Amino acid sequence: MFYRETGQFKTSYAADQQIFPIRQDRIGIGILLFVAFVVIPLTAGNYWFNAILIPFLIFALAALGLNILTGYAGQLSLGSAAFMAVGAYAAYNFQVRIEGMPVLLSFVLAGLTAAGVGILFGLPSLRIKGFYLAVATLAAQFFIVWCLTKFPYLSNNSSSGVISVPGVEILGFRFDSPQSRYLLVLTIVALLALAAKNMVRSTTGRAWMAVRDMDVAAEVIGIRLMRTKLLAFAVSSFYCGVAGALYAFCYLGSVEPDGFSLDLSFKILFMIIVGGVGSILGSFLGAAFILLVPIFLDIALPWFSELLHLPFDGATVSHIQLMVFGALIMFFLIVEPHGLARLWQIGKEKLRLWPFPH
Amino acid sequence: MARQIGDVILDLRNISLSFGGVKALTDISFDVREHEIRAIIGPNGAGKSSMLNVINGVYRPQQGEIIFRGQHRRDMDTHEAAAAGFARTFQNIALFKGMTVLDNLMTGRNLKMRCNFLQHALWWGPAKREELEHRRKVEEIIDFLEIEHIRKTPVGRLPYGLQKRVELGRALAAEPQILLLDEPMAGMNVEEKQDMCRFILDVNDQLGTTIVLIEHDMGVVMDISDRVVVLDYGRKIGDGVPDEVKNNPEVIAAYLGTQH
Repeated sequence: MFYRETGQFKTSYAADQQIFPIRQDRIGIGILLFVAFVVIPLTAGNYWFNAILIPFLIFALAALGLNILTGYAGQLSLGSAAFMAVGAYAAYNFQVRIEGMPVLLSFVLAGLTAAGVGILFGLPSLRIKGFYLAVATLAAQFFIVWCLTKFPYLSNNSSSGVISVPGVEILGFRFDSPQSRYLLVLTIVALLALAAKNMVRSTTGRAWMAVRDMDVAAEVIGIRLMRTKLLAFAVSSFYCGVAGALYAFCYLGSVEPDGFSLDLSFKILFMIIVGGVGSILGSFLGAAFILLVPIFLDIALPWFSELLHLPFDGATVSHIQLMVFGALIMFFLIVEPHGLARLWQIGKEKLRLWPFPH
Repeated sequence: MARQIGDVILDLRNISLSFGGVKALTDISFDVREHEIRAIIGPNGAGKSSMLNVINGVYRPQQGEIIFRGQHRRDMDTHEAAAAGFARTFQNIALFKGMTVLDNLMTGRNLKMRCNFLQHALWWGPAKREELEHRRKVEEIIDFLEIEHIRKTPVGRLPYGLQKRVELGRALAAEPQILLLDEPMAGMNVEEKQDMCRFILDVNDQLGTTIVLIEHDMGVVMDISDRVVVLDYGRKIGDGVPDEVKNNPEVIAAYLGTQH
């Protein structure tokens, strides 16, 4: 009843092309940003920052990167964790090897390094599509992790490739507390999400979607397939690379190559499948879902076992987690291939008409 | 409002195209004059779509020459063709199904956009201005094709007839000099065909766009085209104004068969 655009007339194309053309949506996003930037830092505890909010934002950023490549440009990739690894190790090397390197600059350079590697592994996409491309990106996944273990130079000669990153310091301010790291991550993620939204609603994004939907027609219209696909790989890997750098610097503090395994790549892929392929919002919803479900099950299952007097030990709990996970993925693939973002959209359309059925 | 048919702008000389042992086109020559509606007809498998694909660079002919506005080209790639002013529609609709009508049409203008992805990411100054400027142009086309009510609908949800119209719109969005239409009326009912004919004639008349079209509906072809070229088994068997072609014995034989 309250969510309706009646009476909100657009008198210019600029007004019509806003990201949130409906006033209620603008108010909603304003409140959301206020909560994220002001209310949460003042109220949330350390557990929330360290275990939920920071990883959520970082995974949302990685999912956003993969969504640009897979959801918008239609190129299936299983190498997102590897590109995160490139970002993490590149940021570490820039920090350790160059004296006085500003941390933010090293994040940007890490993203650019990941973008370069992404372009390299994106080259096969010019000849192959779909599942075959997924296999080619799988090569990136294994090759990069192998490289990071094999060449001690990349981890500054530490044993078995484990790196412990230095603390984050910007303009003399040390980001030691979870609050401050949360705010740093939130700012970076919010800016990059805005940039992604801007890209996908402009010519760049339309070219990606055109290649995704009908590549022959795109070519006839004058879109250069090679440039478009490689740009998608580059931008996607940039996002994953920055996510990887944040993962190392603001979340874990020390990472090893095996932490960026195929499992993590699949996890990110599941995020966009559950959240919504080809949707910026979906990347965030999917990341939240994939992160929160295990935490929820961790809390709910022991409670459940007590209720039913069933002896659940740790192993059983993690098995049930996997089963629930698998079931949910299948559920989404069958029932709503466009994921949570689509459900949200349907919900909004229903709300517009409420209380009338049509 | 009499349109003036001008000089030859597209001249195809001795085009031959084969796929392995299969000869799709054999030694075909014809020309297209500025502002005219030129039809290509022929039975199934005659090589009509292959001919269009040669013209806009999807296929490269083994032999022959394409002369567009005095420039000789043996072949050109699709990007060059698009940049030179060719736009086309496809026999089986080739729209971007996940995108809205508006985005499909905006994509049609991609060659006219100059900003790069960084400017898009910032949505700042020139990128924003460019987007608005092209939106204005696209809205003119939306107005022209009478599809205002569906501008924000994803194309995949539209009925077939409207999808055909949107595809014409996407081609027009590029402001082409030559519009290649591959069976624009296939699978339509009479009313939709009339609408489509009206749009084609209006495009030709008001925008002065040269049109090359493939069509199976003989009534339509004979009514709206200025000149017709007839293909059969990859060879040209007739060329001329509709009346001439209609009475050409070879053409009649190809369509109706001959007595042996």
